[in-house]
Amino acid sequence: MVEFPFLSIIALSPIVTAAIILMLPKERGENARMLGLAAMILGLVLSAYVYYAYYQNLPTPGTRWADTLLFVEEYAWVPSIGINYILGVDGLSATLVLLTAIVGLGGVLISWSVSDRPREFYAFFMLLVAGVQGVFVAVDGFLLFFFYELAVLPMYVMIVIWGWKERREYASMKLTLYLLIGSFVSFIAFLVLYFQLPSYLPDVIPGGLPALEGHSTFDLRYWAEANFPIAIQQIWFMPLFLGFAVLAGIWPLHNWSPDGHVAAPTAVSMIHAGVLMKLGAYASMRVGIQILPEGTVYWMPFIILLTLVNVLYGSLIAMRQRDMKYLIGYSSVSHMGLVSMGFAAMNVEGLTGAGIQMVSHGIMTALFFAVVGMIYDRAHTRNMDELGGMAKALPWTVVAFIIGGLVSMGMPGLSGFVAEFPIFLGVWRGGAMNLGGTFLGLNPASFYPTVALLAVLAIVITAAYVLRAINDVFLGDYEASKWHDMKPLLAIDKFTLIFFCVILVLIGIFPAVIEPIVRAGILPVVERLDTAQLAFAADGETGNVLKELETAVLYLRNWLGGT
Amino acid sequence: MDFIQANILNITIFFPLLAALIILMMPEDEKNLIRRLTLAFSLVPLVLVLVMWFTYDRAAADLQFMYFAEWFPSIGANYHVGIDGISLPMFLLSALLTPLAILASFNIEDKVRMYMTLFLVMQTSMFGLFASLDLMIFFIFWEFGLVPMYFLIKLWGGADRDYASFKFFVYTMGGSLGLLLSIQIMGLSMGTFNIIELMDVWVNLPATGTLEATGLSIPLIKTLAFWAFFIAFAIKIPIWPFHTWLPDAHTQAPTAGSMMLAGVLLKLGAYGFIRLVIPLFPEMASTTASVLAVLGVLSIVMGGLAAFGQWDFKRLVAYSSINHMGFVVLGLAVMAHVYGLEVSPESWNQDAIMATNGAIFQMFNHGLSAAGMFFLVGVIYDRTHTRDLKRYGGIWGVLPVFGTILIFTSMASLGLPGLNGFVSEFMIVRGSWGIYPIHLALSMIGLLMTGAYILKGIGETLHGPVKEEWLGLKDMTLREHLVIWPLMGLMLSLGIWPQWVLVFINDTVTRLFG
Repeated sequence: MVEFPFLSIIALSPIVTAAIILMLPKERGENARMLGLAAMILGLVLSAYVYYAYYQNLPTPGTRWADTLLFVEEYAWVPSIGINYILGVDGLSATLVLLTAIVGLGGVLISWSVSDRPREFYAFFMLLVAGVQGVFVAVDGFLLFFFYELAVLPMYVMIVIWGWKERREYASMKLTLYLLIGSFVSFIAFLVLYFQLPSYLPDVIPGGLPALEGHSTFDLRYWAEANFPIAIQQIWFMPLFLGFAVLAGIWPLHNWSPDGHVAAPTAVSMIHAGVLMKLGAYASMRVGIQILPEGTVYWMPFIILLTLVNVLYGSLIAMRQRDMKYLIGYSSVSHMGLVSMGFAAMNVEGLTGAGIQMVSHGIMTALFFAVVGMIYDRAHTRNMDELGGMAKALPWTVVAFIIGGLVSMGMPGLSGFVAEFPIFLGVWRGGAMNLGGTFLGLNPASFYPTVALLAVLAIVITAAYVLRAINDVFLGDYEASKWHDMKPLLAIDKFTLIFFCVILVLIGIFPAVIEPIVRAGILPVVERLDTAQLAFAADGETGNVLKELETAVLYLRNWLGGT
Repeated sequence: MDFIQANILNITIFFPLLAALIILMMPEDEKNLIRRLTLAFSLVPLVLVLVMWFTYDRAAADLQFMYFAEWFPSIGANYHVGIDGISLPMFLLSALLTPLAILASFNIEDKVRMYMTLFLVMQTSMFGLFASLDLMIFFIFWEFGLVPMYFLIKLWGGADRDYASFKFFVYTMGGSLGLLLSIQIMGLSMGTFNIIELMDVWVNLPATGTLEATGLSIPLIKTLAFWAFFIAFAIKIPIWPFHTWLPDAHTQAPTAGSMMLAGVLLKLGAYGFIRLVIPLFPEMASTTASVLAVLGVLSIVMGGLAAFGQWDFKRLVAYSSINHMGFVVLGLAVMAHVYGLEVSPESWNQDAIMATNGAIFQMFNHGLSAAGMFFLVGVIYDRTHTRDLKRYGGIWGVLPVFGTILIFTSMASLGLPGLNGFVSEFMIVRGSWGIYPIHLALSMIGLLMTGAYILKGIGETLHGPVKEEWLGLKDMTLREHLVIWPLMGLMLSLGIWPQWVLVFINDTVTRLFG
């Protein structure tokens, strides 16, 4: 019996819709949005079913990754070099597919009034959604890269055509170059590993997969069982991971992201910050961490420092912004830093938190950008110095912005807290790892607690900039004469805002709606990491980085003539 | 009916939130309907709390009306609530002051719906905090309670509200960061956030060694966590020198906001000390109790001196809160000192029970009198549109009823024998005498200043020649009477017969030390 191809429809129906939209006659461009809406609703219904079905059949802990996949579809594509069309979801990707469907629907609703070349707009938007969904459901490495590139291209076009006139050429070029270079670096690393893969697979591949015949494969289910030698892992982990992490906005490669956010039209900003950045995080985990666990363990203590900079520096820069979109852009950098930090914790808490943070941040930023878009469409400025008293004119936006703001500062009772709390827990627990064998006999895990202590400062900084934004934009006196063409919100706008807010509150109050499924998704990765850690465990007492640093400073002082 | 009885605590905690949702859906224009409906809604928790009050099993004096549900199993946090004789008076206080504060804000005309919603949300956060038996839930309610108060000050406050609300929010949030980190460390190392379990496992950790889950050294973490808890709660009480947010927040908050802030929110900090700091860190609390005592004395003295120096009536009352909460802190210091001792003389135990009773009772009493004082300041501000004591004068002649009520409430705040403040302050003084005699002697300077600033407040407002501009003022309305009389009734009844509240406190406190 052929099972109903849920995932293919989720990933490919937007492409079909895009083709139909482009075939519409020019004067019926208005119909494009109805078609787009229909495709998004179809996607949402199917993703919701996939999510629900997966939630009902959670794999038991200890299941191999290949066996946790559900809704698997497998067709040969270029079998001679091991490229196949394989789709499937695990707990994390089922969650992210649902997230994409939600944000995609919100994006279509929010761009209801696009009047400049609507056909092309919706067609490219559909392609964008298709690319993102494709990455999440791909089980074949080649397919994953394929969809990844498919997601980047429409971004470029949409920013350059419908973007903010002053910056769009610059921003779109920057974004595309950063992301393409990143993905090429990853792809090269992936190819290098591809040729080595057959030598390092176990003789009998667990999970009932047939042995490879002669050639290597892109099927990630094999990759998830590969045991590359540590030397290879140490060399190729960084390119593989960082190439994708560029898209997750990791410092110092985050620079494209705020510019891209600002220049993009509202719906694209929503998808961009809401989902596309998660794409980077997801791919860096699926392809980087899962395939090269020893490389991960070796490099993560260094990467956690980068994410710490992300979190703190992102929030401090956000504090300086007067353009609302830049403010949210930098706050995204800061929040995505938390996702990578959760990865870097390398334990269940950290990765679960990172997964929930992806969803929480996805919805929250989409909400933020929707609000900013609504204000910008009416006020024609995003400058916080010029805006003021918007609560009077657009009361719904202020409530939505406040809820989003509270989520972003990790207020308990909302989804941000449910996400950030486990991440910090994970980083604390990371301090107990024994990684004495990684570097000069020092145990880099010893500075993990310090990282947690410093990163938590970002919560206060976030509170400060969010409160200030609320104050400057929404409160204060409303000058009716200045905003003469202030239209009230459309019903469709209000619906989108409520839709997003309800999800944020729901996750905050009942974390059980998301936590078990995300956890099921990351458990196979954590198991691999746990095994990998043993490779670096040192016997007996290991050095403490901070203590060694202290000693070094003392020596230095003595040498310089101190006492 | 059975359902209500089985879930009475949950219903009490979450009814206001439900009511808030209903209010939020009302049409904005129906201001009077919104006000009355909110008032009616806020009376429901009062009834429920009274039911609990009368069904609470005093003889057992343990945690009752408990409810447990899984909430976030993977990190071990659960929804776990219950109340004992310490939280019950706090419940009564919150349930009592909320309707009064809502009644006091019937004259708010701007964004009534939002205002009332925030008030109800605040009530849920207060109830939840006083009932939490799980550190995570405690933290959730602790942090979430900030939001409604922030917006109450921010949107309905005085001229300098931006500064005051921002300071309030960031100050308290800064304090709670340490709290968050410590809670994480404790939960992670012990595998549970359950306060009752932690009182066993966390307290009985070995004195040296490292925590298994995080690889950190136990003494270091205990010390850090202790000070993080200490500072977070010290900011909320507020203890000198962490008090600077309070006068600004109070001065700018709307009248009813001040009533709740002084009446209940400050007690959250002291409650944190009683429920968490002292039971979870007994040795450390005991060794640092003298620090707490010194800070308490400084709060009493500095608060009193600062209040005397004010010419803004509301600021004067705000500083008086610091002065009065200083006594609570002194009582807590005695409790901390004795509770953590392995062996303590029997007389010390008696002293500590007396002081702890006093501290909790003082929290209740200060809640009543501070709410009353802030309300009366609001009443006169509504009429004169100034809080400048120099501009007042001879108001008693114009508003005789208001004058009498102000004097009565001021006397309760002053600690006049026969009214409630006297009983609790006396108990604290009596309890700390044996343990902190010198501190106590110094704090008497503060008590002297209490008399001075209260008399200053009364004198400048009510006495002196009548200023012409105040001649046409109207005396208190029926609504205002309805707010203040229940408070006055309680002040008087607790002054004459404090036993009806004290027994609940005493039974639980005795059990704590027993």
